[in-house]
Amino acid sequence: MKKYWKFGFLIVAILGTLGWLASTGISETKTYYKTISELNGIGDHSDKKLRVAGDIGADSIRREGRDVHFTLIQDKDAEGHPLAKALVLPVVYSGIDPLPDTFKDGAQALADGKLGSDGVFRATKIQAKCASKYEAKPIQAPGSGSRAAL
Amino acid sequence: MENIGALSILLAFCFAIYAVLASVTGKLAKRPFLMVSGERAVYSIWVLISIAAGILIYSLMSGDYRMAYVAHYSNKAMPAVYKYSAWWGGQEGSLLFWNWLLATYASVVVFKSRGKFREMMPYVVAVMMATQVFFLTLIVFLESPFRVLMAGKRVVDVGDGQGLSALLQYWTMVIHPPMLYLGYVGFIVPFAFAMASLITKQPGEAWIHTTRRWTLVTWMFQSTGILLGAGWAYSVLGWGGYWGWDPVENASLLPWITATAFLHSVMMQEKKGMMKVWNMVLVSATFFLCIFGTFLTRSGVVNSVHAFAQSPIGLYFVVFLSIGITATSALILSRLDFLKSEAQMESVLSRESSFLFNNLVLLASCFAILWGTLFPVISEKFTGEKISVDAPFFNRINVPIALFLMLLTGVGPLIAWRKSSFASLRLAFLWPTVSGVAVDAALIALGVRDVYALISFALCTFVIVSVAMEFVKGANAIASKDKTNFVMSMIELTYRNTRRYGGYIVHVGIIIIFIGFTGKAFDQHVTVEIDKGQTVHLGHYDLLLTDYQQGQNDNYRWEKITIDASKNGQHIGTMEPEKRLYLAKKEPTSVVDIRRRLNEDLYINFAGTSDDGKKIVMEAYVFPLVTWIWVGYWVVLAGTLICLVPPRSRLIFPRTEVVAVTGKHAKV
Repeated sequence: MKKYWKFGFLIVAILGTLGWLASTGISETKTYYKTISELNGIGDHSDKKLRVAGDIGADSIRREGRDVHFTLIQDKDAEGHPLAKALVLPVVYSGIDPLPDTFKDGAQALADGKLGSDGVFRATKIQAKCASKYEAKPIQAPGSGSRAAL
Repeated sequence: MENIGALSILLAFCFAIYAVLASVTGKLAKRPFLMVSGERAVYSIWVLISIAAGILIYSLMSGDYRMAYVAHYSNKAMPAVYKYSAWWGGQEGSLLFWNWLLATYASVVVFKSRGKFREMMPYVVAVMMATQVFFLTLIVFLESPFRVLMAGKRVVDVGDGQGLSALLQYWTMVIHPPMLYLGYVGFIVPFAFAMASLITKQPGEAWIHTTRRWTLVTWMFQSTGILLGAGWAYSVLGWGGYWGWDPVENASLLPWITATAFLHSVMMQEKKGMMKVWNMVLVSATFFLCIFGTFLTRSGVVNSVHAFAQSPIGLYFVVFLSIGITATSALILSRLDFLKSEAQMESVLSRESSFLFNNLVLLASCFAILWGTLFPVISEKFTGEKISVDAPFFNRINVPIALFLMLLTGVGPLIAWRKSSFASLRLAFLWPTVSGVAVDAALIALGVRDVYALISFALCTFVIVSVAMEFVKGANAIASKDKTNFVMSMIELTYRNTRRYGGYIVHVGIIIIFIGFTGKAFDQHVTVEIDKGQTVHLGHYDLLLTDYQQGQNDNYRWEKITIDASKNGQHIGTMEPEKRLYLAKKEPTSVVDIRRRLNEDLYINFAGTSDDGKKIVMEAYVFPLVTWIWVGYWVVLAGTLICLVPPRSRLIFPRTEVVAVTGKHAKV
């Protein structure tokens, strides 16, 4: 098996390098999914990368120079029951990528970024889906929200 | 009508079960009638599913808004071509499309194999039809495309539908999903033959020879589908990029990676009788990754901007995948004796070794992408926190892998089998290496400092020069022997060995695509709020906002800005990006304007007006070398087509070398 040591060495070297790249990649980019209610609950988050989901608040989108201000709203808790009072998170996006076309009032959005100490979420990346509702029943009249096709 | 459709797929479901049972029973009990009957069932299944598909398409085109699917994805105002493509615009219809493609592939295979492979065919049919049973289960029992809208006990005709999302009403919608599906679904054919050859203990390579063309064509469709998606994202979806490492994008890439690894490692098996077990694993992995990709896109398991509506069919996919993977693994393990290698790895500097490393890094990439995509699901299971990783993670791993692959692409085809020496490598790669270094020296002199970009350009040059040398050397040899001119010699050279030289062209195409990717290191961007009459500077360009207009038509309301673009002081044209608001679904879209040139694209997005409505917000980008990606695709396509042409000379791959002939019977 002596001749295989060269292969083994190279394979270990390659996989080791890739593994190292992967772990540094993970630790530098890992973004924690949080709902708005979880944000308020847990304490100092200011250095963790977070991804918050919510619906874009009606009439909340506002441009100020290069920044876009809006609010994200969570109106259901984790089990899907409506909350007594909807949670509102103010967000500021100042990234360079253009906002997705689906970014409009009521759309489901994901904001990646950090929570500032002033309670405003500073987003560096925004993703938005077509405003869609999960159809629980197979048969439903249309008009109850447009469903995302792709 | 919809009742006929529903009945057709139900019948197809029954027939598919019959086909599996008849084929297997016929084979085991040695009853030819049952085996033939199973094959004929494949044809009838195709007819039945075609009827169902035809009914759905007819309902979409004619606007039968009593059907839930039609009401959801079609509307009167949509152009006919999009009404047709609504067939795959939603969950149920796209599953029916999957089924139809599978039935079509199965019928073609059965037809082309009549009179051949009699040993294997019953199992090929059984594997394909078992998969068909699964996919038919989904549309017959869970997500029927033929549901009607009901109010109480009455069927309701809603008169008009919601239509496809505005983002999908582009010509790319008509071909991107079909291309991807043709690639995804097609991989069942090599898989079925591989399994059949294992079950029937066929010696070695019959299944590889049979399925080489299928694998190439399927791979080609996958590549086309993936690049079309990237092109669509770039030109239409307006976020300035072509790949976001989104879970659904990754899902399409994973089987492509293993298919690419498979295309290379089969050469090892064909020529050296090595990697037999590995090839079985690869072809199975590719097939299951195709199914897995279909699952990922539809089940909502991972959050994605692409995801279809979430649905409970995810569980069914998991069951199917579990059964399939278990059965396949058991089969491979039970046949290990028949998959023993005929040769050994002898040297790190050898063609075998390059194939090994090619497979290693491709699979590493596949694993890393799979890991990164499923990270939220895995981390939630193990830590309770849902954590996702983003584009930087994927890029960090895949850029070095891509660079290493480029190196292998240059070195691999020219290195000897079994064992090579540094001395012979030095000779073969002198000019490519010198060219690569020269290109880098020139780039550094021009001010380029990005390390990855420099390595990339050097390797691209390396590969292109080594491929060019191969063509030139070969053509010269033919030209001097046959006294033909250079061009004819090149053609003759390629024709004599279409696999080799077609493969070289595919490699060059991939390199061109990678040159396009490397351009990303030099992207420039600016976002501004400006007034009419103001000029913005970006790189060499001056962009002057000259006009802002608004309007409305039947379909949408629009706003448009006009930009006068100049480069280095010279006026080069007018660009008019738009924002539209589609009235029916109140969906906004942006229509970017792109000025494409080989060296760079000028890309302008009209982001909207500032809050006080007085200024225009404009995003301008310079994307160097992006067009090379689309150009490279055509080269890859050309190369693949050349590979598919049967070569002039039938190639024989001897596994043993005659080194001497003795007078007596000598022990070898």
